[in-house]
Amino acid sequence: MTVVSDPTSQSVKRPSRLFKNKMAKLASIPMILTALVVFVGGTLWTVVYSFTGSRMLPKTNWVGFDQYERLWSSDRWIISIKNLAIYGFCSMILTLVIGFTLAACLDRKIRFESAFRTIFLYPFALSFVVTGLAWQWILNPDFGLQSLVRSWGWGSFNFDPLNNPDIVIFGLLIAGIWQGSGLIMCIMLAGLRGIDEDIWKAAKVDGIGTIKTYLVVIIPMMRPVFVTALVLIASGIIKLYDLVVAQTGGGPGLSSEVPAKYVIELMFRAQNLGQGFAASTMMLCSVVVILIPWAYLEFGGRKRG
Amino acid sequence: MADVTTNMAAGPRGPKPKKAFSRGNIFLYGTLILVSVYYLLPLYVMIVTSLKGMPEIRMGNVFGPPLEVTFEPWVKAWSQACTGINCDGLSRGFGNSVRILIPSIVLSIAIASVNGYALSNWKFKGSEVFFTILIIGAFIPYQTMLYPIVILLRELGLMGSIGGLVLVHTIFGMPILTLLFRNYFASIPEELFKAARVDGAGFWQIYFQIMLPMALPIFVVAVILQVTGIWNDFLFGVIYTKPATYPMTVQLNNIVNSVQGVKEYNVNMAATLLTGLVPLIIYFASGKLFVRGIAAGAVKG
Amino acid sequence: MSKVMKALLVGTAMTAASTANAVELEVTHWWTSGGEAAAVSKFAEAWNATGNTWVDGAIAGSGGTARPIIISRILGGDPMAATQLNHGRQAEELIEAGLLLDLTDVAEAGGWADIVNPSSLLDACTLDGKIFCVPVNIHSAQWIWLSHDAYQKAGLDVPTDWYEFVETADDLQAAGTLPLAMGQQGWQQNIAFGAITLAVAGQEAWNAVNIDKNADVARGPEYTAAFEAVAAARAFAAESNVQDWNQATNMVITGTAGAQIMGDWAQGEFSVAEQVEGEDYSCLPGLGLNPVLDTGGDAFYFPVNDDPEITAAQKELAALLISPEVQVSFNLAKGSLPVRGDIDMSSANGCMQKGLGILADGGVLPSADITFSQDTQLQLEDLQAQFWAGDMTAAEAQARYADIIEAAD
Repeated sequence: MTVVSDPTSQSVKRPSRLFKNKMAKLASIPMILTALVVFVGGTLWTVVYSFTGSRMLPKTNWVGFDQYERLWSSDRWIISIKNLAIYGFCSMILTLVIGFTLAACLDRKIRFESAFRTIFLYPFALSFVVTGLAWQWILNPDFGLQSLVRSWGWGSFNFDPLNNPDIVIFGLLIAGIWQGSGLIMCIMLAGLRGIDEDIWKAAKVDGIGTIKTYLVVIIPMMRPVFVTALVLIASGIIKLYDLVVAQTGGGPGLSSEVPAKYVIELMFRAQNLGQGFAASTMMLCSVVVILIPWAYLEFGGRKRG
Repeated sequence: MADVTTNMAAGPRGPKPKKAFSRGNIFLYGTLILVSVYYLLPLYVMIVTSLKGMPEIRMGNVFGPPLEVTFEPWVKAWSQACTGINCDGLSRGFGNSVRILIPSIVLSIAIASVNGYALSNWKFKGSEVFFTILIIGAFIPYQTMLYPIVILLRELGLMGSIGGLVLVHTIFGMPILTLLFRNYFASIPEELFKAARVDGAGFWQIYFQIMLPMALPIFVVAVILQVTGIWNDFLFGVIYTKPATYPMTVQLNNIVNSVQGVKEYNVNMAATLLTGLVPLIIYFASGKLFVRGIAAGAVKG
Repeated sequence: MSKVMKALLVGTAMTAASTANAVELEVTHWWTSGGEAAAVSKFAEAWNATGNTWVDGAIAGSGGTARPIIISRILGGDPMAATQLNHGRQAEELIEAGLLLDLTDVAEAGGWADIVNPSSLLDACTLDGKIFCVPVNIHSAQWIWLSHDAYQKAGLDVPTDWYEFVETADDLQAAGTLPLAMGQQGWQQNIAFGAITLAVAGQEAWNAVNIDKNADVARGPEYTAAFEAVAAARAFAAESNVQDWNQATNMVITGTAGAQIMGDWAQGEFSVAEQVEGEDYSCLPGLGLNPVLDTGGDAFYFPVNDDPEITAAQKELAALLISPEVQVSFNLAKGSLPVRGDIDMSSANGCMQKGLGILADGGVLPSADITFSQDTQLQLEDLQAQFWAGDMTAAEAQARYADIIEAAD
């Protein structure tokens, strides 16, 4: 193909180390540009402008740490952080538990495995906007779940998370887990398939029960799978925005606001770019704090080829 | 560690349930069926709601099957629902979504596969650093990058064009795709690569003649991820295009949020289902391949 | 004549017409409710009638969704030809950056300075003596809309001011009707708050807080009474769980709620539902207490374009939007008041006549878009959102409110 018409690769029998690097570097230019210009450049730009009093348009009128002081005295931000913490913690635990349990169930040589798998995974194909709308409809107290249970005769049944500030975050959680747990199940399943069948035989010989085998033997063996799953879940949690907008709009009141929404609202509705950038920077900081050690362990430690 | 690709051919690893009707078995299937209800409920509700007329929706509960099946909401969602003064529903967004989707998929996967290949087989000084930056990039909320990207597109003269949007999708699809391809190529036995090198094959020759043919499963996964990601994208579609090139999701948002009088839940649900149809079909059609590819890409051997 | 020839002729005729000087102008706006869409189609019809083409760029989901799109497009160098923005302080920076078209020559040719009433609308479009936007309508926020149906069912007279509404609210509730419909969004709650404070605290206190940003008055007894009134209103709306403003309006239309406090744009929804003012519903400007209205409203801005043909068309459109016929048809559909005092609005219904009367008497207040920055407004809306959704006391809300006013810009 292309290579045959390339005279250099024909003439050089054994490419020198320099040549090899040259081609690989050339081919990596789009990646390098993306990494440097978009991710590093865009991030630095954001951080720099978070120290300005920019309103509608980016301007360089420096204000020091004012934006950060205001950020941490803002109710909306504090509520957003708390919500993200609750949502993040619950979503992390529940998604992992549900994902692993489902995968373990599917791995037990059951019938209709692929049908179940498709059912658990299909929500992942839908956008958060769709997810939010569907669950908003189901959780509608007048038409949905609450009225259904009441019509069964349990007249005092009360479950309207989308109108109750105290539990609205769990309304989001129900929808978020519905959307995201299928992918995690898929990854867990792949991980379980990677475990040697002899492990099970050995466990049986030793008389270890099924559940105990999962907890004590299998899960520790699947550490890398759990790490990948955690990273995927965590990146989704930090970006949580569309679902909130579609399902609750941040309400009732401010009770389901999240940080990504804070950024958007401040940047575009309040037209206070500096404040939005300060919030972005805080989010970036938390990402970096979590990720750098992980990235170092995963990619920095070992060398190959 | 174990080579995942070959493992995927193997069957389930868990202990075999003993009898067809043992207590454990009933518990197992019971759990699975119960959980399936939770997963299927929204789809069921969306479908039945989209087939009801508005009077029926106002009276009944959302779970009841339609007493009178009507396809009116589907017709309305596709070709009549209004936003502002345009009353042509979702139909005008469909073509745009396709026009955005195809070049975005081709470009983003082409670049990411080469990245993954270079990162796993042709490491150079600093390649891991760039990769780490990309991975951190996967965590950045897109919203914070809106303005820098506006400036970038302005400098490139691509603002408002489909080309600009394709570039944006390529950039933001790169981290996850590169990770997938890198892990996949790393799981291909190194001897193959070394043998090709001894035979004098260069960077592109090995890529096209050895790596590409072996990478079919991961390409399928990448295509599925990108189809769903790009098709479902609303934020970039609405910011970096203009009305003539708005994708379907923007039309969906317009229909769902344009409340004229009462909220027409049936039309909203029909519009939602219509918009979700393309990724859903791809999922249902490719179920097994997806699981296999995820295993190969995300679960590192 | 053969079919082919006909087709060819038609084809060439069409291209000829389009190359003459028909220009396609893309116009962005967020008018997507029933009444709003009917109104914007008046603009489009008038523009299309001139031989040009209106390309509609409607973005649903209110200004919050639309504004980032509009600003990004202008910043990114691929702007729309014209865009809606609330006039006031929103566009100042875009003007300073030279991104918006100077319309001073159009304004002078059309004598806008003489016809625009109140003149504060044009001031909001003016920066350094130049005019950058076309005000198209006046909206005021201090209205309460009452359902005759709901009050008749409960055997009550329809209230004629806020205090009567408060007195009858419990009876209405006892009859199984929600007294006050309220969309659960901060900006709607803030509108209700503004209308109630203006009615209860009086105009003097309102001016001191909203225009002079006097935090002491915001802590004073007039505002204490106002916050207690708002807390009472909160109780009347406790069972209201709709989100969008026009869903709340729909509750008044159908008689499932007694009243809604909302701006005069709610009028458009009543017209679409073919309800008659005085028979099916009533409207009380200033909640029936103070005959004053703020004069916010919508305006169109025209981003700078390199193409002289488009620039000429933009100016043509600007002149068209403020022309008498278009002002009448647009504002009748939208339920807003026209920006010029020299046109015949006798076909307007009772509510609009009330508004026109107040305008003619000079009962005019500046709108929040002009007195507060968007930043301050969001903080005020957030406070109201928290107050209406939770159980914050009136005293605590007042203290927080005063703090925001103190720091306001």
